[in-house]
Amino acid sequence: MPRALITIPASARRGEIIEIKALVAHEMETGFRRTQYGVVIPRNIITQFVCTYNGVEIFSADFHPAISANPYVAFSTIATEGGTITCSWAGDNGYSHTESVAIRVG
Amino acid sequence: MNSRSAALRRCFGLLWSSSGALFVAVLAVSSATAQSAGENVPAGRHSGYDSMSRETRAMQDDDAANPGTLWVLDGEALWKQKTGSAGRSCFDCHGDARASMKGVAARYPVFNASRARPVNLEQRINLCRTDQQKAPPLAFESRELLALTAYVGRQSRGLPVEIAVDARTRPFLEAGREAFNRRLGQLNLSCAQCHDDNEGKRLAGNLIPQAHPTGYPLYRLEWQGVGSLQRRLRNCLTGIRAQTPVFGADELVDLELFLMWRARGMRVETPAVRP
Repeated sequence: MPRALITIPASARRGEIIEIKALVAHEMETGFRRTQYGVVIPRNIITQFVCTYNGVEIFSADFHPAISANPYVAFSTIATEGGTITCSWAGDNGYSHTESVAIRVG
Repeated sequence: MNSRSAALRRCFGLLWSSSGALFVAVLAVSSATAQSAGENVPAGRHSGYDSMSRETRAMQDDDAANPGTLWVLDGEALWKQKTGSAGRSCFDCHGDARASMKGVAARYPVFNASRARPVNLEQRINLCRTDQQKAPPLAFESRELLALTAYVGRQSRGLPVEIAVDARTRPFLEAGREAFNRRLGQLNLSCAQCHDDNEGKRLAGNLIPQAHPTGYPLYRLEWQGVGSLQRRLRNCLTGIRAQTPVFGADELVDLELFLMWRARGMRVETPAVRP
């Protein structure tokens, strides 16, 4: 059940600074842990997070094994126009997840 | 922050292996106060939430940052999903959980007539699955069962814990109380010796909480995931080097019943976040 949650203010004034919070369900297995039999558990992490605002990239981050499970990223941007904010996460084993929210700017 | 029970285990390891004198001293202090155990705190009761860091409290308070929300959302989807040979969803019988499940988790464990004993919320959900939906029960600690439990629990957030005690439940409550006060394991400790007699003090670097299970299932940073109260109880039992009953064991449910009764009147926090 891949699931992500993007939270933004319901509406914003033009030029206002808004906070975008993005939470995604992912185990973020580091690749450094072993099972009780000593077998290395293969790495399975998100490696890249990108957020676009009406198609323009406004934030991106590279994730590494020390990032916790279910990573949470919060950042701010300036509400310039109404439209769509899209976040995508990509990672090991072909993982990719994209989620969008609509933003109203008035 | 997220190595609390690892540190707890290290601490026990330290007590056990290093200085025998220190170990004996700790137990002597504990046993001197053991008589008073069991019934303390109504006045000074508080949730583990109160002793968390500002950051962890903020994480719990903001649904957008609380990773438990991911389980709640999964639970919401499962609530509406038809399953089993009856082809029914939870929604088909119970309707909108936001209304029908309000306050339900605050009452569990509840006496179940067909089982002739109290059942916890996870068991109740599985009874619905087997009896009503004609579906196989979900495994304890599976993502699905935790998600449904978290979703049902979320509907009681902010409501006071209310355990009904009557003639039918009393024996199980007393069994739970007895379990809480019973010394167990190689370290020969009871729940009460830590969580009543020494609550608020530190075990290694970690604060000993009063053990009010108001936020389960909860997101534990150490677990990097959501877990049930029984998972937490089994952790503690491992910590005192006792045998751990299987998930859903009667004795764990009795203990759950006693702990919820002990936390009566406190607010449900599901899904809580704990270090």
